[in-house]
Amino acid sequence: MRKILLASCFGVAALFTAGYAAANDELAKMSADAKQWVIPGGNFANTRFSELKQINTQNVHKLAPAWTFSTGVLRGHEGAPLVIGDVMYLHAPFPNTVFALDLNNDGKILWKYEPKQDPNVIPVMCCDTVNRGLSFGDGKIFLHQADTTLVALDAKTGAVVWSVKDGDPSKGETGTDAPFVFKDKVYVGISGGEFGVRGWVSAYDMKDGKLAWRGYSMGPDSDTLIDPEKTTALGKPVGKDSSTSTWQGDQWKIGGGTTWGWFAFDPDLNLMYYGSGNPSTWNPKQRPGDNKWSMSIWARDVDTGKVKWIYQMTPHDEWDYDGVNEMILTDQKVDGKDRKLITHFDRNGFGYTLDRATGELLVANKFDPKVNWATGINMDKSSPDYGRPIRVKAMSTEANGEDVNSKGICPAALGSKDEQPAAYSPETELFYVPTNHVCMDYEPFKVSYTAGQPYVGATLAMYPPPGESNMGNFIAWDGKTGKIVWSDPEQFSVWSGALATAGGVVFYGTLEGYLKAVDAKTGKELYKFKTPSGIIGNVMTYEHGGRQYVAILSGVGGWAGIGLAAGLTKPNDGLGAVGGYAALSNYTALGGTLTVFALPND
Amino acid sequence: MTTFRLMLGFVLLLTAAPFVARAEPPGDPAAVKQDEQGLWHDKSGDPTFKIESDGTVDWNAFSGFRRYNAACIVCHGPDGAGSSYAPALANSLKTMNYAEFFGTVVGGKKDLGSGNDLVMPAFADNKNVMCYLNDIYVYLRARSTGAIGRGRPDKHAEKSAAFTAAEDKCMGPG
Repeated sequence: MRKILLASCFGVAALFTAGYAAANDELAKMSADAKQWVIPGGNFANTRFSELKQINTQNVHKLAPAWTFSTGVLRGHEGAPLVIGDVMYLHAPFPNTVFALDLNNDGKILWKYEPKQDPNVIPVMCCDTVNRGLSFGDGKIFLHQADTTLVALDAKTGAVVWSVKDGDPSKGETGTDAPFVFKDKVYVGISGGEFGVRGWVSAYDMKDGKLAWRGYSMGPDSDTLIDPEKTTALGKPVGKDSSTSTWQGDQWKIGGGTTWGWFAFDPDLNLMYYGSGNPSTWNPKQRPGDNKWSMSIWARDVDTGKVKWIYQMTPHDEWDYDGVNEMILTDQKVDGKDRKLITHFDRNGFGYTLDRATGELLVANKFDPKVNWATGINMDKSSPDYGRPIRVKAMSTEANGEDVNSKGICPAALGSKDEQPAAYSPETELFYVPTNHVCMDYEPFKVSYTAGQPYVGATLAMYPPPGESNMGNFIAWDGKTGKIVWSDPEQFSVWSGALATAGGVVFYGTLEGYLKAVDAKTGKELYKFKTPSGIIGNVMTYEHGGRQYVAILSGVGGWAGIGLAAGLTKPNDGLGAVGGYAALSNYTALGGTLTVFALPND
Repeated sequence: MTTFRLMLGFVLLLTAAPFVARAEPPGDPAAVKQDEQGLWHDKSGDPTFKIESDGTVDWNAFSGFRRYNAACIVCHGPDGAGSSYAPALANSLKTMNYAEFFGTVVGGKKDLGSGNDLVMPAFADNKNVMCYLNDIYVYLRARSTGAIGRGRPDKHAEKSAAFTAAEDKCMGPG
């Protein structure tokens, strides 16, 4: 009965599933306690905002490392640890070690879990063996392994409670994303868009690992869980076979649309949100049609997987602009009216704000002024092209065709932003966005599909925008108006997830390895410290024993480790400042380390 | 597909023997002879590149650049320059000869247990690699000697009809 009463604080929907409501309510309650960090994005809304303010704009310059921890792995380290009570849970890239560290005892290892996985999964992980972290619920820690095994560990002992295989790595299906706990289920996405994997999201019962539902990104309505009459796109029912009718033959079976980003959940609407990735192959000529529902924002009922609404951002992708990036849920006033919003910074360079209840498109603007593949998004509701990008023909690799090198396309395939999640502060009502500032030449050509082998079909060369030397910016963005408020240039792409705090300080990491703190209002740099390796992890914060800590995983790798390790392109072709082309390997070396910062004890 | 596997089997037979006999660095890359499909060979008969005085690279080397960037770049980095977890092939090919290269691509490679587990898959079933293996070799050989620099070669020879015919046969329909 007490649990039922608690539940009422966290949404009416929970009441109707009383038997299962407890776990969700527990997590919602825990995530409201700023001392802990219990969800990968800090909370269901993915805002990566903390109410902690012991560290603030006045004292952050005194910040110093308090303790460090090595994962013993040299690959790229994405994601961030969780803090539940007195214990920190930390993950590593392949072999996907999990550590439980005792915060009462200088991070002593309480338990360690290391799965046995077939190393043949390593080369089918496009772009390094990264893992984006853990989730917690019902006394269990959930890990999504490289080989797609979802495992539930007893949070106290590390013992395996249950384990289930979600995909088949021999077909290029791999696990890189964090699992997500919403209500009574654990949700995982799949990676392998460069291997012709048809993406899906699976929902498993948190108690026993039984599959509750699976929704594919493409295929018949029975696979996508799209209801032709009830599922809407931009306010209209999508109609029958909305996916298969946009593919030639059965190409959708190897059509991509993988789902490895950061999912969000609205308990009141009972909807979960995530993005689907690029259609396979990268050669657009080989897959005529809109290739639905690749490149889309999805809103699904968490209990059934049924799709409430969907929006395809980049129909018939021609540049590998995956739509997987994080979904951030906020409640703000737009044109004087309170709106429940979802904001998404897409690889394609546009920042989208939609009504998250209905999928109505409110704002779609470039968050990097250099974006040039489209002039804008058609916002005319009466147009048949409403919601579609207005493409620039010279940048169209489809129009230019196979075996033609399309030059000077911005952004590059890694997007104006990749998976590195942005943060949102309700105090400033601004988003803090780590971005890439890189352009490319792109030449598509014919490829053949073999299960478990790369299925790419394009060659590309990347470089900073002509005349500029910085390959990244850290920006503040107003999602209501679609405008950049301030922008801090960075030499390399910013590949670290941001953290916003009530102390008025925003944190992020850089590929050289700096943890940086900036003023949330102005972007002014207030503090920096060089960690042992380049940062592609996400900043998080927690409080323990009355002290606020800020933690960041360093360990360079991932896409950034490919594109930037040796410098992007010709070192001496004189397009930009020499610094812009300098190899990242001149700044940092491999190694996974967690660095935890605090203010000195006076 | 059958034709492809037959061809692959044939090539493997051809290369198995020299692999043992010639564990030595690749020799002089100078092109001495061009075969009927346009591929250049050095004096030992291994595939090699040919770059004209105006910088025009032969079609096979250019084809290798393209295919490298689709199949190999995700681990080995742009221009064979390496990544944070796979070697720079522009260096590797200074010492790795044609037969070793061929064997590694076909059969894969593993180096485990160092905290940086390195695994290269076997590409024997991948037509996007196997149909262009000589091209990829030629491109990387040119990278290893510096004959081709970073980035996309500015000028390249045209694709020949014989190359197109062989390519279509190897890749098959669709």
